Amino acid sequence: MTEPALLSVENVSVDLPTPRGNLRAVDQVDLKIGAGQTLGVVGESGCGKTMLSRAVLQLLPKKAKLSGRVMFDGQDLVRLDPERLRKLRGRSLAVVFQDPMTSLNPVLTIGTQLIETLQEHLELDGVVARRRSVELLAAVGIPAPEQRLVQYPHQLSGGMRQRVAIAIALSCEPKFLIADEPTTALDVTIQAQILDLLAREQRRRHMAMILITHDLGVVAGRTDEVAVMYAGRVVERAPTPVLFKKMHMPYTEALLAAIPKIDAAPHTPLPAISGRPPDPTRPIQGCSFSPRCRYAAGRCYREKPLLAASESPDHHYACFHPIQVTADFCA
Amino acid sequence: MMVTQQSSSGDPLLKVESLVVEYAVGGKTVHAVSGVSLQVARGETLGLVGESGCGKSTLGRAVLQLRRAVSGRVVFDGQDLSAMQGDALRRMRRRMQLIFQDPIASLNPRRRIGDIIAEPLVISGVKDPKRRQELVGEVLGAVGLDPSLVAGRLPHEFSGGQSQRICIARALVLNPEFIICDEPVSALDVSIRAQILNLLEDMKARFGLTLLFIAHDLAVVKAVSDRVAVMYLGRLCEVGPSEQLFSNPAHPYTALLIDAIPVPDPEVRPAESVPVGEPPSPIAPPSGCRFRTRCPRADQRCIDEVPELRPVAPDQYAACHHPLIAAG
Repeated sequence: MTEPALLSVENVSVDLPTPRGNLRAVDQVDLKIGAGQTLGVVGESGCGKTMLSRAVLQLLPKKAKLSGRVMFDGQDLVRLDPERLRKLRGRSLAVVFQDPMTSLNPVLTIGTQLIETLQEHLELDGVVARRRSVELLAAVGIPAPEQRLVQYPHQLSGGMRQRVAIAIALSCEPKFLIADEPTTALDVTIQAQILDLLAREQRRRHMAMILITHDLGVVAGRTDEVAVMYAGRVVERAPTPVLFKKMHMPYTEALLAAIPKIDAAPHTPLPAISGRPPDPTRPIQGCSFSPRCRYAAGRCYREKPLLAASESPDHHYACFHPIQVTADFCA
Repeated sequence: MMVTQQSSSGDPLLKVESLVVEYAVGGKTVHAVSGVSLQVARGETLGLVGESGCGKSTLGRAVLQLRRAVSGRVVFDGQDLSAMQGDALRRMRRRMQLIFQDPIASLNPRRRIGDIIAEPLVISGVKDPKRRQELVGEVLGAVGLDPSLVAGRLPHEFSGGQSQRICIARALVLNPEFIICDEPVSALDVSIRAQILNLLEDMKARFGLTLLFIAHDLAVVKAVSDRVAVMYLGRLCEVGPSEQLFSNPAHPYTALLIDAIPVPDPEVRPAESVPVGEPPSPIAPPSGCRFRTRCPRADQRCIDEVPELRPVAPDQYAACHHPLIAAG
């Protein structure tokens, strides 16, 4: 990335105490995102992708312990006082969650929630805030925006609710948006609409974005760079076209291969990944993926591979036995 | 509907004829399934796709008579289930099983796995506990779980993927001929999803099953189905052999669904042309073709006239006045 980073996550770890012992949800993660860039964070449930986004937003559960730095626009969010942090969130740093029902207040109208956000952060007066709200709802593709202002979240469909959540997130012209599985709860035709909307607004506002998803398909067409997470760590990171053309990490390869392809013949057996992700309260010695990896050998079971640059400086991976040539393995 | 969607010779195992299912919500009628006809041949997997609220799960439940239809018939192995009651229906149901989306919610948290799987055997009158244990062991082994490790444990000790294996074992224990899989992998992670899809394919071959596979994910449906039926707002849009339907969709809705799938390849640009709009409410479905409010090809005829399923290619049928491919 040539531009100076807008957000940089530096050696961030998140530990959560559980009755079964310490759970390391995020393990020494480093990431950088420049202005206007989109980073896709991909992984399966429990890989730490949501905890990572919460660490960036400083919205971790109370008992969680965070180490490392989260530098945003020259300030370390981890050490920022709560009042300034609150001003920053919503204003410069916005978020869209998977389930809009949990981020929207069910007892307030759409209008109240939008207008409140605008008044709080931009100190607009009521009339102006109301006009902006209508514009924002129209911009995110909501028909009859005037009428929507007086409606409650439950009166809208899932897709419309997510549009409202996006309108609120965009309302203060943030520099940075975290979209955490924004389309997972939506149908496929609505998913495409919402992803288009996010991409369009992002381009228009030159906004940086982290797109968190479990779907490599979503990441492929919509991000500049991808970080693949497994068991709390980033195991591979590369510009999107590079990653898909030349992945080095066996987990990335296995994850892509396990997706049913629309152009594959019916009844083609899928190359499934055997076993399941490790229990995060029982850390594995060596590479966390080694018990499921078909390339694993001696060293993989003893030592943890570190994320290191490959022959191209933008491409990082954490593997002792990287896949070298993967021209058309999934064809 | 006039067409018979016959894919192979012989009697189909399941025949659904002009099925209508409606239910009342707050004094209004939800038109969940509005005149659906389809057939599933013995040994075939029919995929049923559509977005949430299109009526695909209701259709599945109506096939099993878990929800009674307003009109139409469900014929299983030559017998009309819609006319059956009580014991006769219960006897038929042994031959048909259902696997749900949420495997964890469909296992009783207070019962041991061995008992959960043996329950259908108890109900169907297998009295000898030894025999039951034997059968439970067999199906657990078949789905890739070790009976000696699993049978005595409780559901919370298992992950989503393992729980779905347990649900599949329970569905298999009565040696059914027909299984309805209702979104069986939607709640599972990618790496686990592939395991379960492969397992379903193995079980189908091993036990000679016929499947109705309901899902919203087209790629998942295609991976396991011989034929696919596409449903929109209570009606079938299109039915055809999987390969053919995906390479040459005739109904604009099928084409829209295919275009909307994110492709895991950065060289494939996401389709920019996905039209804005959402499915209308099944409480007040549009007149004529129900897809017309989102369809780029819709005209006056689509408002006035309900399109019937008509052949557009060998074994492929579409309910559209302006299909993307015309019968040659």
